[in-house]
Amino acid sequence: MCLSLQRLYEKVLAPVLMLMAMLSSSASASESERSSVNMAPGVTELGQDIFSLHMTILWICVAIGVVVFGVMFYSIIYHRKSRGVTPSTFHESTKVEIAWTVVPFFILVVMAVPATSTLLDIYDHEDAEMDILITGYQWKWSYEYLNESGENVKFFSNLRTPQQEIYNLEDKGQHYLLEVDEPMVIPVNTKVRFLITANDVIHSWWVPDLAVKKDAIPGFINEASSTATEVGIYRGQCAELCGKDHGFMPIVVNVVSQEEYAGWIGEKQAEAAEIAELMEADFSLDELMARGKEVYDRSCLACHGAKGEGGVGTAIAGSAIAMGDLGGHMDIVVNGSANNAAMQAFGKQLNDVDLSAVITYQRNAFGNNMGDKVQPIDVFNYKKG
Amino acid sequence: MGDHHHGPAKGLSRWLFTTNHKDIGTMYLWFSFAMFILGGAFAMIIRAELFQPGMQLVEPAFFNQMTTLHGLVMVFGAIMPAFVGLANWMIPMMIGAPDMALPRMNNWSFWILPPAFLLLASTLFVEGGAPAFGWTFYAPLSTTYAPPSVTYFIFSVHVLGLSSIMGSINIIATVMNMRAPGMTYMKMPLFVWTWLITAFLLVAVMPVLAGAVTMMLMDIHFGTSFFSAAGGGDPVLFQHIFWFFGHPEVYIIILPAFGVVSQIIPAFSRKPLFGYDSMVYATASIAFLSFIVWAHHMYTVGMPVAGELYFMYATMLIAVPTGVKVFNWITTMWRGALSFETPMLFCIGFLVLFTIGGFTGLMLSIAPADFQYHDSYFVVAHFHYVMVAGAVFSMTAAVYYWLPKWCGKMYNETMGKTHFWISFVGFNLTFFPQHFVGLAGMPRRIPDYALQFADFNMMSSIGAFIYGASQILFLYNVVATIVAGKPTSEEKIWDGAEGLEWTVPTPAPYHTFETPPAVR
Amino acid sequence: MLQVSSNPVVDTVSKLVVVAIGMFAFVFVVMVPLYDVLCDALGINGKTASEAYTAVPAMVDESRTVTVQFVATNNQGMPWRFGPSVTAMKVHPGAVNDTVFLARNPLNKDMVAQAIPSVSPSRAAEYFHKTECFCFNHQPLDGLDSTEMPLQFIIDQDLPKDIKTITLSYTIFDITDMVDSDKVAAR
Repeated sequence: MCLSLQRLYEKVLAPVLMLMAMLSSSASASESERSSVNMAPGVTELGQDIFSLHMTILWICVAIGVVVFGVMFYSIIYHRKSRGVTPSTFHESTKVEIAWTVVPFFILVVMAVPATSTLLDIYDHEDAEMDILITGYQWKWSYEYLNESGENVKFFSNLRTPQQEIYNLEDKGQHYLLEVDEPMVIPVNTKVRFLITANDVIHSWWVPDLAVKKDAIPGFINEASSTATEVGIYRGQCAELCGKDHGFMPIVVNVVSQEEYAGWIGEKQAEAAEIAELMEADFSLDELMARGKEVYDRSCLACHGAKGEGGVGTAIAGSAIAMGDLGGHMDIVVNGSANNAAMQAFGKQLNDVDLSAVITYQRNAFGNNMGDKVQPIDVFNYKKG
Repeated sequence: MGDHHHGPAKGLSRWLFTTNHKDIGTMYLWFSFAMFILGGAFAMIIRAELFQPGMQLVEPAFFNQMTTLHGLVMVFGAIMPAFVGLANWMIPMMIGAPDMALPRMNNWSFWILPPAFLLLASTLFVEGGAPAFGWTFYAPLSTTYAPPSVTYFIFSVHVLGLSSIMGSINIIATVMNMRAPGMTYMKMPLFVWTWLITAFLLVAVMPVLAGAVTMMLMDIHFGTSFFSAAGGGDPVLFQHIFWFFGHPEVYIIILPAFGVVSQIIPAFSRKPLFGYDSMVYATASIAFLSFIVWAHHMYTVGMPVAGELYFMYATMLIAVPTGVKVFNWITTMWRGALSFETPMLFCIGFLVLFTIGGFTGLMLSIAPADFQYHDSYFVVAHFHYVMVAGAVFSMTAAVYYWLPKWCGKMYNETMGKTHFWISFVGFNLTFFPQHFVGLAGMPRRIPDYALQFADFNMMSSIGAFIYGASQILFLYNVVATIVAGKPTSEEKIWDGAEGLEWTVPTPAPYHTFETPPAVR
Repeated sequence: MLQVSSNPVVDTVSKLVVVAIGMFAFVFVVMVPLYDVLCDALGINGKTASEAYTAVPAMVDESRTVTVQFVATNNQGMPWRFGPSVTAMKVHPGAVNDTVFLARNPLNKDMVAQAIPSVSPSRAAEYFHKTECFCFNHQPLDGLDSTEMPLQFIIDQDLPKDIKTITLSYTIFDITDMVDSDKVAAR
């Protein structure tokens, strides 16, 4: 033996373990409370249960490991040929075999008891105070708050991290890849039932701090529930490979006080009712132009100019797109420009009513005078393909 | 039968038409090493992209192709053929048979493999790219939403499945019919035992995989709806069928590794294997249990709670026979006269790391906790501990252990030990931190990650490059041994080794045991 | 059935080939139907029976009220506006209940849809009996047309006591192309 195991262990492994420990402590210092080396107990009672179950089993495994590896390393150190030992020849013992079959079995039973009770608790979704239908899409989530009386509140939740950060053109923000344009909002200390399904392929809705992970399966509905006990913002990600942008469909859940939630949902319901009404409506050109001007001034003016004369962006007055085929016009507004990253996809940022209004406005203002108009339902259908 | 006593034919036709178990074994081993390098190259691309946050080298779509091909190539191209190659070389020599029972089929089962993988690898260059739905190819991502190359993928899986089935039928037929007189079942070396059980698993489950991909093919091209809810099917059915194959597959990969370790540890402990009988029974129980635990891969699909409980209890039970095996190996070492040549080092590495993988496996079996572990990097760490430190380490041990017997030359021991230590450090540096990022919430199969996972991912990538580089050393050591190793003609290379393979001359002649040996 | 050959190798091999072929067949003739049976029996995935329930005269349990929620999801590429006329109903076990789902085809082409039901919690699925459902059949709808799609159901009196809310979800799929290709094939 040119190198003793022990010496190698000290020389090679110990520095590695030290490096690991150092890195982990520095990482956990910069990240506020969340451990970067262990499971998060999270902010639900069930999460706590799962965490303590995890720790219990981990420590049982560590204890068994210490004994097993202890025996092995003792043997490696003391029963080596280089020490001139004579090998014994024993090679069977039924008693020993029975012992190490039966003892582990009882250890397993000890593990199974808390596991069973936690599992039964996780499966108890009754008495939920509210229901949210979660639908996985390639590659975003939609949340629909089911309301027994009146309009459901429904919105999409998209990744907010800009492409420039992902492709290293800009510095990455603190919540890189874990930030969305519109988070799910739920009240604290309220049992929320999540009904989970998918629109295309299988996704999985995972928020570690809420101790929920459930697959979203197209055509079928799954349920999960969670009672968050602390106000805060909790982040998660899709956990089932769902195609190209699987890594880019985060989940953000904003747990707020009950009062704050009541205010938020009230606003959302009013907005939803308004949109629903508008969607059904047939607007006159004047109505669309008026609303379109507001939207234009808010979202387009900075680049395209107050009179559509252009600037950072191309001119809209007299543009081939605004005076061309309606489909092409909707395409660039809804999906953005493939050639120019500055022209963003507004389909996700504006609602259908605003989109229809601003497109109509662009086609008829600045002397374009196309005379045609776009209704919200047209945009809705265009988006659906 | 006339040319029975001739040596090998000359040139390419020796390899193309050979029916000799040693030639075929050699080809399997080289092929699997080539696939190991290919799958390793894919892994290097994955780790390079994950070296730091942000997209640097590849696009997300290509990243998914890399993870998919890495998994498929490593499982079906590297690990499985490597053990089949080892079985070809060693089983006839261990049971005192002149060759495999079906030498011509043996040739076929090897030669259909390279085209299958050529086809699979060629999908990288077709329109729409290679399969990008993960090695588990869950429907409907692999059916309705798959790239056109999925059809090539299905064909390739059919061919390699056929190869495996033919290979295992051959092994079963050999073990059951070709043993030397006196070689009773309970006298067979454990490597033969584990392979016999593995071969039965393969015959039982490879057709299930073939069934699954056939259903995919029908859904994609012939309008059936096995896995599509629109036509009354169910995507979850795919997962049940896949894992009914997939879980025994896990043991198909690890059981021969158990066999190898059970040969090598006694040799370097200079003491007989402790608890031979219980090893056989434990292997058989693991094989049996593997058929009734598949849905523990699917705790989050929304099974009824009763199903969830059943699969949890059944899965936990696997810890018992697995524990028995680990205890037996350690007791074999106890009060032996240990020495630490390269094969033994890899076996001890196996023992430590596989046990850690077993512990995380036990943790994963606990359904409520699995809701937090599932599809996170914790799972990635777990199965690399059992597949790389389990299967690949023991395979490497086997090569060092039997290489002198195969080619009559001794490998360079210092280089072998260096290979072990670099592998061991590189491996742990790669995969140990993945436990941490998984527990902290990093999902698997993502091309980019949040900033809090950055440090550990960088460590992982550095470790992966080290581990990858150590395989070049392995290749060099093996080639250098074959070309210019120190010749040896001792029949028994290792003083503690037992078994018929050590009674034939070194290097092992082209034909061995043409007259059956006498078995005590 | 098996020809036992005098050559033991041939004997072993033929048995193993039969096993392999048998396992391949097992997937199709056992696993698929067995899974469907288990789904129907245990309500795996919240699947409900795909055929009408023939009502047995039942006592209406007025002492219990169960809330039934209706949700609708469009699968990818399905442009219909589709949803329940009421989002929830309070019903008594044993009673026959009627409701309708509303569908509008906004495109100027004739289409065919298939709605797939799913019940949550899944263990309630076996107690949710549909005596009439639009999901039993393909639903054709002319371009720009609207329709009401009827649903009639009974909640079984044996519904476990702890279940107070049942969610019935429909996912609607566009199967126009599948039906068209069938027609082409039939021709």
